[in-house]
Amino acid sequence: MASKKYDLVITNGRVIDPALGFGKDAFVFIKDARIKKIEVESASVRNELKSFDDSQIIDASGKLVVPGLIDIHVHLREPGREGAETIDSGCRAAAAGGFTSVCCMPNTTPRIDNQETVKFVQDRAKTASARVYVVGAITKNIEGKQLAEIGDLVKMGAVAITDDGHYVQDPNMMRRALEYARMFDIPVMQHAEDKYLCDGGIMNESFQSTRLGLKGSPAAAEEIAVLRDIALCRLTRSRLHIQHVSTKGAVDAIRQAKAEGLRVTAEVTPHHLVLTDDEIGKEFNTNLRVNPPIRSEADRDAVVAGLVDGTIDCIASDHAPHTDEDKDCEFDIAPPGMIGLETTVGLMKTFLIDKGIMSWADVIRKMTYDPAHILGLPGGNLSEGAPADITIIDPDKRWTVNASKFLSRSKNSPFIGYKLSGKVYKTIMNGKIVFE
Amino acid sequence: MSRLSSRHLLGLEETSQEDIQLILNTAETFREVIDRTIKRVPTLRGITVVNLFYEPSTRTRISFELAEKRLSADIVNFSTSTSSVKKGESLRDTVQNIEAMKIDMVVVRHGSAGAPYFLTQCMDANIINGGDGSHEHPTQALLDMYTIRKKYKKLKGLRVVLVGDIKHSRVIRSNIWGLKTMGASVALCGPATLLPYDVEKFGCDVYTDVDEALDGADVVNIMRIQLERQQGGLFPSQREYANLFGITKERLKRLNRNYTIMHPGPMNRGVEITSEVADGKNSVILDQVTNGQAVRMAVLYLLSGRKGEEE
Amino acid sequence: MATKSELILDEKKMNRAITRLTHEILEQNTDPSSLGIIGILTRGAHLAKRVASLIGELEGVKVPVGLMDISLYRDDVHSKLDQPIVQQTNIMFELARRNVVLIDDVLFTGRTIRAALSQIVDFGRPKTVQLAVLVDRGHRELPIKADFVGVNIPTAKSDEIIVHLSEVDGVDSVSHSKSDQSTSSGKADKKVKPAKSKKSVSKGGKS
Repeated sequence: MASKKYDLVITNGRVIDPALGFGKDAFVFIKDARIKKIEVESASVRNELKSFDDSQIIDASGKLVVPGLIDIHVHLREPGREGAETIDSGCRAAAAGGFTSVCCMPNTTPRIDNQETVKFVQDRAKTASARVYVVGAITKNIEGKQLAEIGDLVKMGAVAITDDGHYVQDPNMMRRALEYARMFDIPVMQHAEDKYLCDGGIMNESFQSTRLGLKGSPAAAEEIAVLRDIALCRLTRSRLHIQHVSTKGAVDAIRQAKAEGLRVTAEVTPHHLVLTDDEIGKEFNTNLRVNPPIRSEADRDAVVAGLVDGTIDCIASDHAPHTDEDKDCEFDIAPPGMIGLETTVGLMKTFLIDKGIMSWADVIRKMTYDPAHILGLPGGNLSEGAPADITIIDPDKRWTVNASKFLSRSKNSPFIGYKLSGKVYKTIMNGKIVFE
Repeated sequence: MSRLSSRHLLGLEETSQEDIQLILNTAETFREVIDRTIKRVPTLRGITVVNLFYEPSTRTRISFELAEKRLSADIVNFSTSTSSVKKGESLRDTVQNIEAMKIDMVVVRHGSAGAPYFLTQCMDANIINGGDGSHEHPTQALLDMYTIRKKYKKLKGLRVVLVGDIKHSRVIRSNIWGLKTMGASVALCGPATLLPYDVEKFGCDVYTDVDEALDGADVVNIMRIQLERQQGGLFPSQREYANLFGITKERLKRLNRNYTIMHPGPMNRGVEITSEVADGKNSVILDQVTNGQAVRMAVLYLLSGRKGEEE
Repeated sequence: MATKSELILDEKKMNRAITRLTHEILEQNTDPSSLGIIGILTRGAHLAKRVASLIGELEGVKVPVGLMDISLYRDDVHSKLDQPIVQQTNIMFELARRNVVLIDDVLFTGRTIRAALSQIVDFGRPKTVQLAVLVDRGHRELPIKADFVGVNIPTAKSDEIIVHLSEVDGVDSVSHSKSDQSTSSGKADKKVKPAKSKKSVSKGGKS
């Protein structure tokens, strides 16, 4: 007879909850889409299990049981570019990558700069396999000219604002945005890339761009943008979040700002943690075209160090789907961006954990508790009564990234063919298994 | 019997000394063919070559076209001035359509670096890079090397100065790699705004003072300075460019006695080069044009018939 | 050894054959000043020079000599992965109204001569073209016949005729190397092909 006391129990896994500082083999009991309790093995727990049906038990022996992962930088493309991704397909990709919550960027068509579009996304997301939090636009139509109705957006549920894809180039406009956002205690997320210095650059400016004759965008374009915004953050005492940090100069600037006590947070993408710009010359793979561009080895090492020492708060994929048609072209006309939801866990395991740079607990923290904290999202921990968003990871599972296995509608990953270790085994969102 | 190590000519960065040698030696024969009364051999009879030009080009296209005609190839010219950024037919669709017409070789000129490589991924034809973005222009560098070698009977040990827009010039990149592979020493000279990031990593001496750069050099290869660079704010005026970097008779005194003046054309007389220099006795600018055909014939000949091999 | 090699001409016999050939050319062409000689690279070119200097000795006339590389006129360029290394063709005299004697070392399938004839036509319109070869080994694939022959050697198609000239090989000789099929050795071993750079072999491409 099935137990009515619990809906689901995850047995024998190693439970890691960085929020609680927990890291033991334990059993996770779920009831009514909430975490009921976590207990280490004992005679009474074993006894309790006897009343369960097999269908209620997930055996997680040899697996990691962690809070559902959170990605605060995702492009779901709907509305407007459903050929590349939809809210539904993007959330299935998220679930496959272990993410139970994603924050979607506003650069859709139309832009998410008004209540109706927020509502549209929220409605579409109701049946999706991940929680979708909307990030609204800073300025109307992401044109950098006039503030969007930020109060309306927040009222509707937007958790932050950004003009992602575009830097708010006018410093006065950025100042107003920071000041205005302070009323709602939301961070302003900035795509930090000075457009004048970037000057149409399509890859990192380095000897690689020199070799290939491809127009380079200097690291200084990001550094200047970050330094300016830090100055504005100091001026306005508002919350600033730097998206996809890619340069050593930006990491240094953020480190200093944090030491000063400014309310600055930052994220880094898996690709900036793993790749360097010398990959591009091999075959002009358009899947390596991304903004900000993948940088030099020194920059890559600096963002890794920044993540390790806490300068960078969290890992975010900047999942940016583009169709094959859009990417199958000359390098310099390919749209920037790569998908990332389904490869993040494997990349972090293979390139950070296996190399002894970070522990599982640290990586999980940067993908759960810390991003949740930045945006005040529920979840990101396994405390009693929390929503049952749980990711189970097979930590040493070896796999090869295969384009045909992606659940995302788009296949634009430069990691296709990579041999990775560490894969999501099951994802549970709101008490339901959404990926296995 | 001999063969190039690749069935395409995409650039000189990875082309070996042996391959460059083979192309230059073969060009020697074709140079003789274009001096004949009947400047035509039947070698590429039955081979169809497409000249796929996505950028306006008169010289390179005519040179390739004549080279192809002199080898008795069938020729199709596909020129489009429309920018590829504008959404038309994709490059892949265009070349697959062309290939479906049963063609054998493609000479491609394209504004995007890497476009010739992209073509090798779309079709089976032999691909010859006729200039891609600011990346490479291998046949121009080969004809430059041929012209230098013809005069000095060697490339090794010569000092060649490349003057101009180092940042945007594909001719310069191909020349750097080719000349260095052949053992020449290469110096680069141009305004600091037109020197690309980490330019020293090419392994060349880099100058912003043209007089210093010319000191003790054998060959000066002068690049056209594009007006659009001035409009882009990369140098103040053509007048100032001429003053600082223009090659004048006065400046030639710094060169070795048996010096050579080169320019891939078209020239801005009075800007990067004075007429006195361009038309002087040490100028081989017109020889470059003639030799270009021989070199292109050699490349076409050596790549022809190489189909479907393992790369 | 899977092959058996027989010496057909030594230095003395070869000189005699070339001298006889020259006399025959002069008998056919009563005005030696109308002659022009074109040798097919590599060994035909050396033979051409020898013939020209013999004519000079015999008649006191300096006959112009041209050298011809036929690679660009071959009919098998596209069927091969490796392109032959092209050498320079150098014909510095006007062909019009001349009696041109084309010289090669070995006449085999006739394809080389076909290519050479095509090339001659592109250079000009000679009054006549005559063909002189040191060795005719038969097995023509085209309707081509030599006007002057140093020596006829009956061969099997897979045999090899190896011509050495002192200018390139340090020695004058012609030998006939018989293949497995034409000898009774019956060994299964694959015949080792002589290196092309050292010897002229009338097999395969150049024929």
